[in-house]
Amino acid sequence: MTAQFQLVVVSAGTGDPSSTRLLADRVAQRVTALAARKQLTVGVRTIELRELAGEIANAIVSGHIGVKLRDAITQLQRADGIVASTPVYKAGASGLFTSFFQVLDNDLLIAKPVVLAATAGTARHALVVDDQMRGLFAYLRTVVVPTSLFAATEDWTDAGLTKRVDRAALELVALMAAGFEKTVRDESWGSYQHEFGSAGGTELTIDLDSDLMRLATGGSAS
Amino acid sequence: MQFGVFSVSDITRDPVSGETPSEAERIDAIVRIAEKAEEVGLDVFAIGEHHNPPFFSSAPTTLLAHIAARTERLIVSTATTLITTNDPVRIAEEYAMLQHLAKGRMDLMLGRGNTAPVYPWFGADIRQSLPLALENYNLLHRLWREDVVDWEGKFRTPLQGFTSTPRPLDDVPPFVWHGSIRTPEIAEQAAYYGDGFFANNIFWPKEHYMRLIKFYRQRYAHYGHGTEQQAIVGLGGQAYIAKRSQDAINEFRPYFNEAPVYGHGPRMEDFMEQTPLSVGSPQEVIDKTLTFREHFGDYQRQMFLMDHAGLPLKTVLNQLDLLGEEVVPVLRKEIESRQDPRTAEPPTHAGRVREKYGDKPARQPRPNANRGDNVTGGSPYQDAE
Repeated sequence: MTAQFQLVVVSAGTGDPSSTRLLADRVAQRVTALAARKQLTVGVRTIELRELAGEIANAIVSGHIGVKLRDAITQLQRADGIVASTPVYKAGASGLFTSFFQVLDNDLLIAKPVVLAATAGTARHALVVDDQMRGLFAYLRTVVVPTSLFAATEDWTDAGLTKRVDRAALELVALMAAGFEKTVRDESWGSYQHEFGSAGGTELTIDLDSDLMRLATGGSAS
Repeated sequence: MQFGVFSVSDITRDPVSGETPSEAERIDAIVRIAEKAEEVGLDVFAIGEHHNPPFFSSAPTTLLAHIAARTERLIVSTATTLITTNDPVRIAEEYAMLQHLAKGRMDLMLGRGNTAPVYPWFGADIRQSLPLALENYNLLHRLWREDVVDWEGKFRTPLQGFTSTPRPLDDVPPFVWHGSIRTPEIAEQAAYYGDGFFANNIFWPKEHYMRLIKFYRQRYAHYGHGTEQQAIVGLGGQAYIAKRSQDAINEFRPYFNEAPVYGHGPRMEDFMEQTPLSVGSPQEVIDKTLTFREHFGDYQRQMFLMDHAGLPLKTVLNQLDLLGEEVVPVLRKEIESRQDPRTAEPPTHAGRVREKYGDKPARQPRPNANRGDNVTGGSPYQDAE
């Protein structure tokens, strides 16, 4: 039986295993478990940005999207929910993480529910998720769940983290189950900005009834 | 099917020798490259238009007129002529003049230009680039087809009783290609007027162009210019050829790695696999080029980028020998045998004259004596009221 929902985990962790991936996996597990209680099935796929590092750099400097990056974009395009997790470096999200989301089409993730998570060696980085990462995901028109996740070294032994993971997971399940993304996309997709071939190559609508199209066919500019 | 080479006119440091050619050297070289294109049997030579260093081609019609004078069969063209920052009146005049001097062996490709700082130098704004291109072309189209034009638009001074001179050769406007890689409005305009559509086919995977070319073909048929197969499509591509494919790869790699636009980015092997770039033996270039028609349908013009990224003149001339002698003749034969017989002929002046006049003589406009303006009285030409 195919899952009703696809959850895509994006991890910018660099170790194997990395605590960044571990935090994201915990969320994914809880999302799956909480969804099951509501008789909903969730399939999980994981994108390890470490494996795409070269292609992400190439995309930034030359616009060329490699095969693995293309595949990751397709997965995100089809995702019903996203867990995005990054280590904090120098008081900010990892450059790899930021670069990845910067090469995506502006309209790829519209209305998708997202859990944001970050890990760090010190609690001093705790506000990076709320102060910095939310802005990026707001730009991408995603819906970030109210609970942000952050784990410094000491949090891994703290029951509080588990509680927050549960909270964020439930918030994500609630947004997915409510069909928010589908409603927005079905009823309002055209009101967002798109380019031909955007949304990861899936946006192919051509509006022949526009001012520019009238200008293209001998009419006058308004 | 026509085959040719196009150059963006970059003056790039040769990463192997470390030398950067002077503007004078590059301009001499480009003339030599165009002459060579004819010598090796290619059909078309096209040059870009830029208004900033490190490019030299700010005045394409001057260069192309010179090349036309030094060649006999070669069609000279552009890649591209800026339809945004040039006044369409000047495009109409300059390219009609080129058309006369080249005896019809010319056409042009229009593009928008994506260098933001260039726009204000010519009083334009890149944020208006698309409406500017569309409106300018609407005017250009009329200037070549109507002896006297009254016109008012959003971007340019209105025209009252304006005649663009000289009238096109044989009163048949130069053929126009509209170059675009992702703008449906440009494809729509090309289709509406029955013009050609050119996809650069260099920087992105092919799915990108397939969609737009398909749309152009559908709209070309929609506007009644012919069937979808009869739409006029041109493609760019790029190749580096050597007798042995390993030599091609070794020779081209340093230029690829430091090339403007995609240099310092993807590995050459990945780029070859994922884009139309061919680096290899003549047979490999032939095989790859033959796949293009499978993706895009039969088309009329294949252009290759071979003069760029600091490749020295000697190498470019050698590349043209290989392209003209070992690649293109095979492509011509193979494509002829595979091509859908309903495919349109590639555009030529002679063909367009025949289409307009059949066996009748072409119109040769002779002006009336000067009377100060074109607003009062009848036509400025003797053969019209």
